Amino acid sequence: MIDAILVMSGLALFLGGVLGYASIRFHVQGNVLVEKIDAILPQTQCAQCGFPGCRPYAEAIADGRAQINQCPPGGDANIRKLADLLGVEFKPLNAKHGAPKPKSVAFIDENTCIGCTLCIQACPVDAISGAPKQMHTIIAQECTGCGLCVAPCPVDCIGMIPVPESISTWKWKQPDYLMGVA
Amino acid sequence: MKLLHRFNGGIHPPQHKTESTRLPILSAPIPEKLVIPLHQHIGTSAKPLVAAGDAVLKGQMIGKAEGYVSSSVHAPTSGKITAIGYEPAPHPSGLRDLCITLEPDGLDAWIERHPLDYLNMDPSSLRNRLRDAGVVGLGGAVFPSFIKLNPGSGKKIKTLVLNGAECEPYITCDDMLMRERADEIIAGAKIMRFMLHAEEVLIGIEDNKPEAIAAMRAALKEAPFEVIPVPTIYPGGGAKQLIRVLTGIEVPAGERSTDLGVQCFNVATALSVYRAIAHGEPVLSRIVTITGAVNKPRNYEALIGTPIDVLIRLAAPVKDSDGAIMGGPMMGFELPSTCVPLVKATNCIIVKSATLFPPAPQPMPCIRCGKCAESCPADLQPQELYWFSKAGNFGKAQEYALFDCIECGCCSYVCPSHIPLVQFYRYAKSEIWAQEREKKASDLARIRHELRVDRMEREKREKAERLAQKSAQARTQMNSEEET
Repeated sequence: MIDAILVMSGLALFLGGVLGYASIRFHVQGNVLVEKIDAILPQTQCAQCGFPGCRPYAEAIADGRAQINQCPPGGDANIRKLADLLGVEFKPLNAKHGAPKPKSVAFIDENTCIGCTLCIQACPVDAISGAPKQMHTIIAQECTGCGLCVAPCPVDCIGMIPVPESISTWKWKQPDYLMGVA
Repeated sequence: MKLLHRFNGGIHPPQHKTESTRLPILSAPIPEKLVIPLHQHIGTSAKPLVAAGDAVLKGQMIGKAEGYVSSSVHAPTSGKITAIGYEPAPHPSGLRDLCITLEPDGLDAWIERHPLDYLNMDPSSLRNRLRDAGVVGLGGAVFPSFIKLNPGSGKKIKTLVLNGAECEPYITCDDMLMRERADEIIAGAKIMRFMLHAEEVLIGIEDNKPEAIAAMRAALKEAPFEVIPVPTIYPGGGAKQLIRVLTGIEVPAGERSTDLGVQCFNVATALSVYRAIAHGEPVLSRIVTITGAVNKPRNYEALIGTPIDVLIRLAAPVKDSDGAIMGGPMMGFELPSTCVPLVKATNCIIVKSATLFPPAPQPMPCIRCGKCAESCPADLQPQELYWFSKAGNFGKAQEYALFDCIECGCCSYVCPSHIPLVQFYRYAKSEIWAQEREKKASDLARIRHELRVDRMEREKREKAERLAQKSAQARTQMNSEEET
């Protein structure tokens, strides 16, 4: 009897020690799930999902505070990836958050711009260059097309221009044919 | 006699080469207008150096190489620049690309040329010359040649392979070039050998070109150059396939032949290396086969930028001709329009007609016969790649080495169900590239957003600290005032 108790408590102590060591030795910094969700999100930082950016939305999904279908720029393809990652059912994009739009880039009409810096403050990725009372301009390569700079502009000089297809971004289409009948 | 090796699979499609080899190469006349795309090579587009209205001389650089992987573009004849703008490009998309339009003045006046004495120069300045002369791989891949001639420090190139196999049906431009200008090809090979310090130079030519083999053998007398007839089997002219046949070396996935001490160039590239170094002439023209549904199929030496429909008219197309293919029937693509310019990659134009290329039969379901795998020269499993690509399962397709596919089209050719297999691989590859581009862009946006959030927090903190400091200062001042 006493032997059994000693063996069991000895084992418990030893295994507890191993687990305790492992939890310190193999500690993972940050939330892995949030990182994985964030990696799928398109990083437009457009806040259409109702959160102030892609990462806060990823955190909300991980905590169960948000649905996976609130991201219009990601579209159905991203919802599918999130569903795969989280092991939940696919659901179509929630129209409340907006509809997917073709990839666009903001454009400032430099003749109208008064240099108020409001768009610079609104841009989530610092893609607008300019200074107070100086003309502003969009750094097109950095622009994610979120459209957050459009509303704050007091003179309505910012427009969203869809990015045209070029030879370097052109894609082969999936072969489309009717299967023959044997 | 060198012992040859072989690769898996391959096919024997009808050759259709004799049609265009009966007549010698003819210089195509200078057209009324040349449209010269700035992006004729792999890598970054060249930067235009001229403005509309400028007068240019033949051989003058009009587009400068931008970045490392890039190449220059030149005026193919003298004349006036009339426009710089987006024009239809010879690309399967039919989209426009940045081009320089040149109106020839008919004088064909050369810019001053500076021949180099290569034996007394170091390879790096020779490479700069090739870069400035716009020398790119003329076999169709148009990769800047100066990069391939720089094996990197510590790497030793043992074998230089010259590719004169020209395995694809209809195409005969390399065949005719070897028959007529073997001396210049050998001279170019000597320069390349000097630059790479290669021990041996193997010139692989398919045994269906006896005249070219004879001409090349007559042109070279000394070792370590050797002309080696290789069996005629498509795609024996693929760089990896030819290297395997000649040396027995199989280039592993994700590696380049350079890492294994072998470098491979097309014979026409060797010729343009010779012209660039020994004559100071940049790439201004190329040999192109005009064949298919035409009455006078033959090879033309045409200026870069010559409209393709002008060349087709020279060859007198038959009545029911309709559209054209750029490249060969296996790997080429249908031109969305023939009103596009000839570029450095245009080795062949096949004019189509309904009798010559009847519509493809209706695809049927895959019957798992495995014929595609038997024919695949890259040792892949085409049927698996097809299922994964069709299902949009691109990750799995990559696991099955999708990017080792050379898009030779053997699998589509042998498929008894007529499934357009290669088209599926092209689709999957371009989807994967697009996904990678998007991933890159979103990673950049994430970093920029994080930096911005950090900066805003720091500014807020610094502001609060400043305020706290100020109020503390005010308090101590008040206290000291009270004390006095």
